[in-house]
Amino acid sequence: MTAARTITFKLNGANVTADVKPHHNLVEMLQTQFGLTGARESCGQGLCGCCSVVVNGRAVSGCLYLASFVDGAEVQTVESLDTPTKLSPVQEAFIEASAFQCGYCTPGFIMMVTQLLDEHPDPSDDQIKHYLTGNLCRCATYPEVMDAVRIAAKKRKAGATA
Amino acid sequence: MGAQVGRSVPRLESRDKVTGRAEYTHVMRVPGMVYAKLFRSTVAHGKIKSVDTSAAKQVPGVLHVVTVDDVMKVLPNPYYGPAFHDQPILAHEKVRFVGEPVAAVIATDPHIAEQAVQLITAEYEEMPAVYDEVEALTTDIFVHEQLKPAGTFADLKHLKGAKNTNMALDYQLRRGDFDKAYAAAEHKFEHEFKTQKVLHLSFEPFACIADYKDTHVTLYDSSQGPSFVRTEIARLLGWPENKVRIKVPYLGSGYGSKLYIKLEALALALSMIARKPVKVAYTFEEMFYQITRHPSTFRIKTGVDKNGKIVARKCEVYWNGGAYADIGPRVTQKSGLTASGPYNIDNVSIDSYALYTNEVPSGALRGFGVPQLVWAYEGHTDMIARALKLDPVEFRRKNIVHDGDPHATGTILKDSPVEKVMDKVLERMEWSKPFDRGNHPTIKRGRGFAIAIKAVISPTTSVAMVNVSADGSTTLYCGTSDMGQGSDTAMAQMVADILNIPTETVRVVPRDTDVTPYDMGTLGSRSLFHMGHAVQRAAMDARDKLKALAKEVGEPEGSNIPVAELFQKRYGMQAGNVIGSGIYKPDYVPPAPGTGQTPNVTPFWMLSGAGAEIEVDTETGHIKIKKLVNVVDCGHAINPKIVETQISGAALMHVGFTMFEKMYQDGGQVTNASLADYKIPGFHDVPEVLENHYIEHEQSNGPFGAKGVGEVAAFCVGPALANAIDDATGVRIMEMPLNAETVYRALRAKQGKPLEDE
Repeated sequence: MTAARTITFKLNGANVTADVKPHHNLVEMLQTQFGLTGARESCGQGLCGCCSVVVNGRAVSGCLYLASFVDGAEVQTVESLDTPTKLSPVQEAFIEASAFQCGYCTPGFIMMVTQLLDEHPDPSDDQIKHYLTGNLCRCATYPEVMDAVRIAAKKRKAGATA
Repeated sequence: MGAQVGRSVPRLESRDKVTGRAEYTHVMRVPGMVYAKLFRSTVAHGKIKSVDTSAAKQVPGVLHVVTVDDVMKVLPNPYYGPAFHDQPILAHEKVRFVGEPVAAVIATDPHIAEQAVQLITAEYEEMPAVYDEVEALTTDIFVHEQLKPAGTFADLKHLKGAKNTNMALDYQLRRGDFDKAYAAAEHKFEHEFKTQKVLHLSFEPFACIADYKDTHVTLYDSSQGPSFVRTEIARLLGWPENKVRIKVPYLGSGYGSKLYIKLEALALALSMIARKPVKVAYTFEEMFYQITRHPSTFRIKTGVDKNGKIVARKCEVYWNGGAYADIGPRVTQKSGLTASGPYNIDNVSIDSYALYTNEVPSGALRGFGVPQLVWAYEGHTDMIARALKLDPVEFRRKNIVHDGDPHATGTILKDSPVEKVMDKVLERMEWSKPFDRGNHPTIKRGRGFAIAIKAVISPTTSVAMVNVSADGSTTLYCGTSDMGQGSDTAMAQMVADILNIPTETVRVVPRDTDVTPYDMGTLGSRSLFHMGHAVQRAAMDARDKLKALAKEVGEPEGSNIPVAELFQKRYGMQAGNVIGSGIYKPDYVPPAPGTGQTPNVTPFWMLSGAGAEIEVDTETGHIKIKKLVNVVDCGHAINPKIVETQISGAALMHVGFTMFEKMYQDGGQVTNASLADYKIPGFHDVPEVLENHYIEHEQSNGPFGAKGVGEVAAFCVGPALANAIDDATGVRIMEMPLNAETVYRALRAKQGKPLEDE
């Protein structure tokens, strides 16, 4: 096994360093070195979306994205979205719409829906489906996720004008 | 305080789940933990000549390379399983399926373990293998030399020591005289249906961390049945149960895959060898080598009289159990008993066979075998109606079983509104209105429906405790695994309703066998009913004790004094507890051997129906589901929103099993063991219109009038879609999945222009 090297990056707003080996992926590093388990590896092929993490403003599959690639980057995980007193509008909407069952894929969905609404504040059903094609849910809460996106869009609009 | 039961309370763990902070075993770490990876068999059936672990042992970071010989030094009898003690912790002398674990590497780092596994080699003396469930009954290839029933189940005892057989259970039901009635019947029908191998694919793959100490052991486990795991681990160790602790956080779903015992015995053995906590966590691919749904062959014969009444039905069901029995014998029996469907038939004969083959083991998957049965009997029923030119609704109506009628088991049906469920489907489908078939030359429209019945696994036991603390806050201890079905929330609602407190204030303790009492398992839609009863009793016990405490401290009858003040008065400070407990085991009369007849086969029946409207592109075989209506009877809904998501989720999962999911195999080797090659439903597979309904109906013996709902919407999706394809095109497909290739081949065959086989 090859030696580790030290990388420096911004994680959820804080400057951090990590020792990573060339084969370590982003999810593994977040879990083992930072105790962040919201991004999870499931399919291991970048198809299910459970491992979605935002790197420099773009969602990536953390199971395929090598940890060493985030050297110098800004990384955001699901753990950055809430405060001790407040959930993000997307998180609130997922609860209101009952848009999860086992919850294993939920952080990935929430990261992608957040990015979707950043790009399309008022998405059509087709836009939602297209955007979330890379997120799978074995409990199949797709209809409820559709509801959650619509609720979240409204919440964000109300929040922006308030 | 308003009623808590009947409220759509958001899941209690919602905040943890949306913030990514909910705990799951697969991402859990324990201080000092090391990692195991598995070396697996490449042959389906063979004697192990040698396993060479020498190179793997040389890899820096590798602590141990383990074969069954090492396991037997710590656990001399390394066999486990719920129905049969037939599965070795690592392959012992023989391998019985491709992918069976043969050796394990324990290392300080999972990547090192993985790398070392690649250096292990094994030599096998290959033996002929059997894959087909029907062949398994007559072949002279035997997967096991001798059968080893676990002794847990009375109806398996006669199989102890049996040789030269692959049959792990032969369930029989006999009612009336099938042969005579069939011979005399005006119309006779005989069909064979098959189902394919599919699997659960929980997004949290299997995971277990075992932390063995010389005097006690703790397992952190993604399990649907912590009590069973504890019993089995204690048995393997020869220890009392109180030295074995199973801790189960939330499950990244289960659907039946994480039942009974899976990785736990292996993790235990490895921790004993390493003398450290050992984590066994599967990759997605490895799930394809653990447990699947039973493939099945169902031969069904029905005799109908001149008035359209079914007078005789014979069911022969062959269940492909794979290399190890797991819970297959239970699937065979407990589902077998409903193989003749929700119909009132005087003469029924059922034979249901659990069979060993050289495939990946099969177990329970959202329905305990019932989806495979409904696929056959509702297809068959539709085909009969078509052949006799009878309206499919009226044909069913004439034969449906009602409350007060005997089921095929002889048990009189109760709380079983089959016809009401069917009528709700028909109403939502607007069945009585003319159906618009369009006039497109190549896109054909059709519609179909199906109805189903299931008995809950019985008899089983649940125990619960409710603890009221001195500040008045309430904690529930219950062993039901919340894998997404919302059981923690529903159970808390029952407690809250009885104690007149808000559901949101009830703490549900995560499953931990050191503190949560016995529960048979989270399976077969049993929990809300069985554990629900236990929880209800525990809460009522706590309420009665609080009343007694009030009397003791001199409060008048009906006093509204806050609970905290009661404790203050009694103990002089914020001190003490009130602990209520409840146990539930329903009445049950075991079926008579040979006939399966019993006056009480189940405490409740589950009923469902589905209707589908589709379009078939006859040029490609592609199916578009325009509308899918799912209706169930769940008794009184404890949490309407969670019920709705359970119905929707079960139905959509079965859209996958029906339309495209299949484990392809070549010589026993799974050839599509990844999410890239095994497609599951995504956003674009949701039908254009999806309706989920439950009918209002009280289950008279249920807690708060409720019964289970986790599986029931799964049953009818397959046959409703197949019946719709027949309606659209006149083509009948007898084996799932209904993918474009299957449909197109069937269309071409009907035109007399069959495509060549691959």
